[in-house]
Amino acid sequence: MTQTATTDAGTPTELEPLLSARQVTMRFGGLVAVDKVDFDVYPGEIMGLIGPNGAGKTTFFNCLTGLYKPTSGRVVFNGALLPPKPGRVVRAGVARTFQNIRLFANMTALENVMVARYCRTSSGPLTSIVRGPKYRREERETEDRATELLDFVGLPEVAGNLARNLSYGDQRRLEIARALATDPKLLLLDEPTAGMNPQETRQAEELIFKIKDRGLAVITIEHDMRFIFNLCDRVLCLVQGRPLVLGTPDQVQSDPRVIEAYIGTGAQEADGQVGRDA
Amino acid sequence: MSLPGIPVAIRRRYGPVARIVTIACGVIIAASAYLPWAYGSDALDNVTYVGGPSFIQFIALGMGLVLPALVVCSIRWPAGFGRTRVGWIRGARALATGLLIIFVVIAGAISVQLGGTININYGAWVGLAAALIGFVATRFLVQEGAPTVNRLKTPGWLSILAIAVVMLVMLFVAYYALDQSNPGTFVTFIVYTGVGVAVLLRTGALGWLTAATGAHRRVMLLAAFLVAFLFPFTQGGSDANMSIAAQVLVFAATAMGLNIVVGLAGLLDLGYIAFLGSGAFVAAMLSGTAMATFDVHPPFIVTMLLSGCVAATLGLVIGSPTLRVSGDYLAIITLAFGEIFRLSMNNLDGSDGPDLTHGSRGISDTGDLNLFGFDFGATHTIAGIEIGRFANYYFILLIWLAIVILIFSRLNNSRIGRGWVAIREDEKAAEAMGVNVFGLKLLAFASGAFLAGVAGSIKAHVDISVTPDSYVFLQSSFLLAAVVLGGMGTVLGVLIGATLLQLMPEKLRFVNEYRLMFFGLLLVVMMRFRPEGIIASERRQLEFHDEDEELAERLDDNLGPSTGAVAVEGASR
Repeated sequence: MTQTATTDAGTPTELEPLLSARQVTMRFGGLVAVDKVDFDVYPGEIMGLIGPNGAGKTTFFNCLTGLYKPTSGRVVFNGALLPPKPGRVVRAGVARTFQNIRLFANMTALENVMVARYCRTSSGPLTSIVRGPKYRREERETEDRATELLDFVGLPEVAGNLARNLSYGDQRRLEIARALATDPKLLLLDEPTAGMNPQETRQAEELIFKIKDRGLAVITIEHDMRFIFNLCDRVLCLVQGRPLVLGTPDQVQSDPRVIEAYIGTGAQEADGQVGRDA
Repeated sequence: MSLPGIPVAIRRRYGPVARIVTIACGVIIAASAYLPWAYGSDALDNVTYVGGPSFIQFIALGMGLVLPALVVCSIRWPAGFGRTRVGWIRGARALATGLLIIFVVIAGAISVQLGGTININYGAWVGLAAALIGFVATRFLVQEGAPTVNRLKTPGWLSILAIAVVMLVMLFVAYYALDQSNPGTFVTFIVYTGVGVAVLLRTGALGWLTAATGAHRRVMLLAAFLVAFLFPFTQGGSDANMSIAAQVLVFAATAMGLNIVVGLAGLLDLGYIAFLGSGAFVAAMLSGTAMATFDVHPPFIVTMLLSGCVAATLGLVIGSPTLRVSGDYLAIITLAFGEIFRLSMNNLDGSDGPDLTHGSRGISDTGDLNLFGFDFGATHTIAGIEIGRFANYYFILLIWLAIVILIFSRLNNSRIGRGWVAIREDEKAAEAMGVNVFGLKLLAFASGAFLAGVAGSIKAHVDISVTPDSYVFLQSSFLLAAVVLGGMGTVLGVLIGATLLQLMPEKLRFVNEYRLMFFGLLLVVMMRFRPEGIIASERRQLEFHDEDEELAERLDDNLGPSTGAVAVEGASR
């Protein structure tokens, strides 16, 4: 599971893909936000998703996490069709973070992570009221696991602090810890380094490598190209909902179509059009 | 929250003078207790004597003396005890404000009860004037930062002693308040209590008490239960007071169930009374009396569970299609459900449908309970003290209330409780993190309904008769108000809210027509100045004061040291 599943050319080996999207299309009325995207992610792979603002990256994420039900096309995860409800997607093993941080602001860091253990624990109302040994063991395990994950993302000392009082970078890391608490096989990060300084970005890179080492596959949306090219095994560039290029970072980086999409038509002739998206 | 203050520079300059004035005012207020306050003996508890303070005057005397004491302490121990900060001046300001309110209330009570301000004697005027001057003077004092006495290390014996004292005071307050037949005295006493609590809160003493007693939760709970248990023995067999007390318990137990729905899961339910009503009707139908519609009489335990299950089923029926919609829609639907319930109960009289409830007459005799040979209708004598019918029901209600509180706090402090908090915080994110949002909402709705149903089955016997018109929307709104006023998501707050809301109308029959007006006014004022309720759950407080960073930092400290499960418990205090 843990070996990289890609060859030098970026083409997958004979391994079964963990997640495969086929012809995924998402329409909002007349607007086609995601247009026939084919996409495979292999176990233990870090996949980059880039594209100018409004290219449909987050919409595509929402299709993969059950927040949206694709208008057409299908997503198979771990050999089964992805269920259309966010809760069941999480259960199946896909976890995500949000572009604009959505922590439970008035809960402590530890509680935030503990909440995410919900789908992996089972004490019901009666057990919670009676507090038998099973309940206590499960609570202890939940707390231990949450503590361990806070350690893993490098936040052991803020466990008791309210999420709202954490620094921006710490909030991002807490969101990752919370997503990891659901025991995912695939982690979707929506702009994990947005608003971070270079040092925090480097820490985030290290963290994502550590997550990869745990055997998880990661898909990350990012605008920071250096980050993407340092980190990813393969990169998909979306433009106006359509997949433009899929390949290794080097291939994507040097592809004239990608440069064009980011900077505008005819980069040479239109200096004034330098896209604010880039 | 607070009114615009006086600039600090001015306060610094006039501070010393203000201190002397405040001390003087306190002493004058204390002295005014020895002067006559009214010309007629019918106002309050007879405040007409020179040199012989009544009980109400004695409390004023005590509070008057505390004011200078606080100021003196702020000079003597400006740094507080140890390295913790005491809110001396904060307390003094609260006390001065409170004394002003008290004297206004007293003057008002005398005028209303004797007919005009002419009946106020010079003692009350002296007190009022001193309170007014004291109020102004304390505005010139510079108050210290937020008190931190709660971090004080307290030896165990002192904590236990504090618990004992608190419990005795509470027993006395309940006993005295219930005993007052004079509405003026009752109101004044309630205001006194409120002021006392406010001063404790502002000085930080309440925080210390919470921290000290929190370390001995079990002792505290046991003591509270014991005090509540002993209460009927202070009543000397008086059924009048015990009937009120029993109604308070029914109301409190029901409000605590609603607290799960509103306070924990954050769902607005405006038809909650229907669940209480359905439980009551089921119990009445199965009570086996001549009026009961079914000729079966199962043991009461079975009836109780059945009532709860019927209510919970209704909750599921109304909840499962509606809980997918959010906020306002749910409120409207539950409101309609309450009305449907009332109308159905009115119409199930045999002419429009099956005769289940005898229509608007209701089931007018439910008989008395008889559990294990203990007849709840008879008067028993225990240790020479008569325990009447309502006192019997009081005991069973007390046990039920304890069970409800246990269920509430254990659910709150569990995996499920964490899920509820997450749903309140950010429903979308909670769902994306695998929390079963719909299931948890439904669970809150159904368990709340179950608890109300069981409470209803006991209420059916306490009330003797069950009629549709005692389960109307107004009652739903009172229940909701008890939860909101007291403090959503807290145990103590909702108990206080329920007690106040149930006790007020009983003791203030003279304002009966204006009751709703006062009540509405109270709600508006509360929502403006303290939307989180009398006792605030820390998390709720943050939710209501989203911008308040100072509060967030402070609560961070409080929630900080405790981790995990314990931290959730902090919010349920």
